[in-house]
Amino acid sequence: MKRSLPWIFTFNVKFYPPDPSQLTEDITRYFLCLQLRQDIASGRLPCSFVTHALLGSYTLQAELGDHDPEEHRSDYISEFQFAPNQTQEMEEKVAELHKTHRGLTPAQADSQFLENAKRLSMYGVDLHHAKDSEGVDIMLGVCANGLLIYKDRLRINRFAWPKILKISYKRSNFYIKVRPAELEQFESTIGFKLPNHRAAKRLWKVCVEHHTFFRLVSPEQPPKAKFLTLGSKFRYSGRTQAQTRQASNLIDRPAPYFERTSSKRVSRSLDGAPMGISDQSLLRDFPATARQAAGDKILDLDAAGQAKLKEGGREEDGSPVKTPQLELTQDGKSNSLRVDGENIYVRHSNLMLEDLDKTQDDLLKHQASISELKRNFMESTPEPRPNEWEKRRITPLSLQTQGSSHETLDIVEEKKQAEVGIEETLVVDETNKGKMQVATGAGETCKVEEHLSKKDSSSLPSDSSSSSSSSESEDEEVGEYQPHHRATEEVIREEQEEEEDMKRKEHEEKIQHVEATPEGSKLNVPVEHTQVKAEDLVQENAVTIATEEKNLSEEIKQDLGEEKEEEQLRLNGDVSHVDIDVAPQIICCSEPPVVKTEMITISDATQRTEISTKEVPIVQTETKTITYESPQLDSSAGGNAGVLLSAQTITSESISTTTTTHITKMVKGGVSETRIEKRIVITGDADIDHDEALAQAIKEAKEQHPDIKYFRGKNDTVIMIMKNCNHSKSSLLYRMHRA
Amino acid sequence: MAGLGGGPAAFGRCTHAVVRALPESLCRQALRSAAGPEVDFARAEREHQLYVGVLRGKLGLQVLELPADESLPDCVFVEDAAVVCEETALLTRPGAPSRRKEVEAMKRALESLNLNIVEMVDENATLDGGDVLFTGREFFVGLSRRTNQRGAEILADTFKDYAVSTVPVHDALHLKSFCSMAGPNLIAIGSSEAAQKALKTMQQMSDHRYDKLTVPDDAAANCIYLNIPSKGHVLLHRAPEEYPESAKVFEKLKDHMLIPIANTELEKVDGALTCCSVLINKSSEL
Repeated sequence: MKRSLPWIFTFNVKFYPPDPSQLTEDITRYFLCLQLRQDIASGRLPCSFVTHALLGSYTLQAELGDHDPEEHRSDYISEFQFAPNQTQEMEEKVAELHKTHRGLTPAQADSQFLENAKRLSMYGVDLHHAKDSEGVDIMLGVCANGLLIYKDRLRINRFAWPKILKISYKRSNFYIKVRPAELEQFESTIGFKLPNHRAAKRLWKVCVEHHTFFRLVSPEQPPKAKFLTLGSKFRYSGRTQAQTRQASNLIDRPAPYFERTSSKRVSRSLDGAPMGISDQSLLRDFPATARQAAGDKILDLDAAGQAKLKEGGREEDGSPVKTPQLELTQDGKSNSLRVDGENIYVRHSNLMLEDLDKTQDDLLKHQASISELKRNFMESTPEPRPNEWEKRRITPLSLQTQGSSHETLDIVEEKKQAEVGIEETLVVDETNKGKMQVATGAGETCKVEEHLSKKDSSSLPSDSSSSSSSSESEDEEVGEYQPHHRATEEVIREEQEEEEDMKRKEHEEKIQHVEATPEGSKLNVPVEHTQVKAEDLVQENAVTIATEEKNLSEEIKQDLGEEKEEEQLRLNGDVSHVDIDVAPQIICCSEPPVVKTEMITISDATQRTEISTKEVPIVQTETKTITYESPQLDSSAGGNAGVLLSAQTITSESISTTTTTHITKMVKGGVSETRIEKRIVITGDADIDHDEALAQAIKEAKEQHPDIKYFRGKNDTVIMIMKNCNHSKSSLLYRMHRA
Repeated sequence: MAGLGGGPAAFGRCTHAVVRALPESLCRQALRSAAGPEVDFARAEREHQLYVGVLRGKLGLQVLELPADESLPDCVFVEDAAVVCEETALLTRPGAPSRRKEVEAMKRALESLNLNIVEMVDENATLDGGDVLFTGREFFVGLSRRTNQRGAEILADTFKDYAVSTVPVHDALHLKSFCSMAGPNLIAIGSSEAAQKALKTMQQMSDHRYDKLTVPDDAAANCIYLNIPSKGHVLLHRAPEEYPESAKVFEKLKDHMLIPIANTELEKVDGALTCCSVLINKSSEL
């Protein structure tokens, strides 16, 4: 790309949320609407006449407000594009329906739009042209639930993710290996021919990403780099749906203000805000908070160009434009730009970082490492079903008391690994029985036999940065991926294949070349994969199956040694122990780039409160604001902009309480401030005296810090200023809520 | 206006029905898959009148009754002539050449209801409405002796909002010869091997998991589910006198208002309950 040309970045949704009503914020829904309007107008998302008209009418309601017979004359609709082949008749229908939406706010109209759009059969289906074994043209559709096979619009087969054991590609062929059907003994591999090897690889990647996002609790570790291997090491490295939901539950911020801009040329305001605000300035408002708050959307930034958020695929001049779809994350290099994997990716630039040319990369790395840490946090957070995972845990953790939302977060350790460049940690996971498959490159598939032994190797997610997964080039001829079903089977409803799986484990698999014929299709190609017994490869190559609780137990085991005493102190599972070592890379968008680290230890609120903040040197920075999120209730914070050094959110949960700890570090006017905000939500029927718990917390805090100042804020918020010397200040905020 | 039929929650809503009287030619000339006892015309008429009476009187539907056409012995089976989903009607091209003209009267009837009409003009396409199972979320189209791939494609083009999956049908006339919807998420399915195999295919094809109601008799698995505002779940099913074991299964549906309907005569010419009506849900006129 020539430098002189303006770069155009477009907004693209990568994973379409199956239920948009679960998105937390209107702004996210608005973004999704923009994408869908474009999908629909371009014909990518087919819908019937009636649906075109209905969705179009919601678009009008969202963009123009109530139908106004004065203002909205007969042709007001032609300026919009609702469908690939928009007819007069359709426009009339749209206008007719528009009148019936009187009174709907833009947000409500968007919601209605999405409620209807999500039911479209091709919603969220990523289509790829291919041929079956007989050379017949078909389409492969990748979606949240699996892989769909279409022939001329008809669905002729479907492979749900739980049915798929392996996805691979070799040159321009794409293969899926599926579980044996009922009464069958052997797995079968089905092959499809794609137009070229890039297309095969793209399809493979899309499958890997969708599987990871929708089925796994946390992303899988990319395979370890091996000497002389050829296979793609690509793995999805963003946040999964489960993590996204979890993270977005923790957001506590006022709904960000945003303005819907018309997809027509004329820009108008619906919310009564002053007209003529340019896109740029509008956008500047929300991304900062959005990114930092780990919302249900994260905006991917690329500041290099002068991109704008495109509205409905139209250029400023209002004419429909096929916007170039720069799939940044698709192609290796730019993966490092990804700040976080999210439901929705917004890629655009100039949001707020115009002046930062040089430090751009650093900033992004910085963001990446924050998000990496965050991710690691998230991974160690149990699902909010303590009994369930407690029940299934095998490792002896009798130290824990009931409820046991146990969290031991050891970032320091992770950090060290990152620094010395260890990409992968193998941990023996004794709870994990089952199978492993090992991929060595060169297009050959070495399959490790399942064994009934209970040993397995697991890898802890500890890659040094979110970009580590993208060490790949377009030239790779082969790639493999075994979709392990790490997701908790209860959370994401599994197909019935579980018993089959168990059954299958009872007999050794044989090497086979099977020609499969799933019902209702002729898509099958006998595929010859060399499959060898390769048990000796296990240690080196093992990719992991780890269910959520296994993950946890690994981490717990790792930390068990150090944490034993700590654990004994824990009460009622309402525990969060955090060791945070904010290492230099957290603070990298500044000059000088090094800030000494600072140790905070927070242990259980109800037991002990200990916050030690070492003095932090004053950092003279030239830094631009990344974000500053002012806690609503903190009167001491003012709301001035400061420089955020790091932000962490930790949640722990017990039967009766959910404790969310937000730790933010700021540099504000030369003063470094660490803010720890604990929010305790009492849920369930447990009879906890609200006031007493709060009083207890204060009392304990006072014991620890005799010089503590505290005052009780509104909404049962207690703000405690722990330390307030010249350069550093820590505050601890307790918020108790009764759910 | 809820759009997309208001979603699965509104499944079974119905305001209008199109039916057609029996021609006397039915007794001797109607197509039948197996030879057997002759149709008792008087009894067939009585049964049909009861059927229409339930739709009109008991359920309060507006029933358009088309006159019989003696040159079309199978014309009572209106279901095969049109597939109606929400505001759109697809006029089919029935697989049996002798039945193609049945569509003309149906077209007039549907036009009078102001539906968006789509005609199947492709001469390579065939489709019988009896092969089309609409679940509220998606379509399954049986590929049978009467319905081919091209017909299914045109159906998919007509109802773009929905997934359309094909299901091979063997050993039965139509897909709905052994199954139907018995509730918003409930597939009634016969016990024969063919029925069970088709169900497996449907389950494999669908992202959605349906509940199933297995009845011993394939013919009894064809029932009519309706969601009538004042009555809730309504199920028209075959009478206990005909299929006692299957009727017992239906009787376990506690939430449904059950209406047994005898269909002894038309069954002799492969007629099932759904065959005799086209059900339409007209949302209030805009």
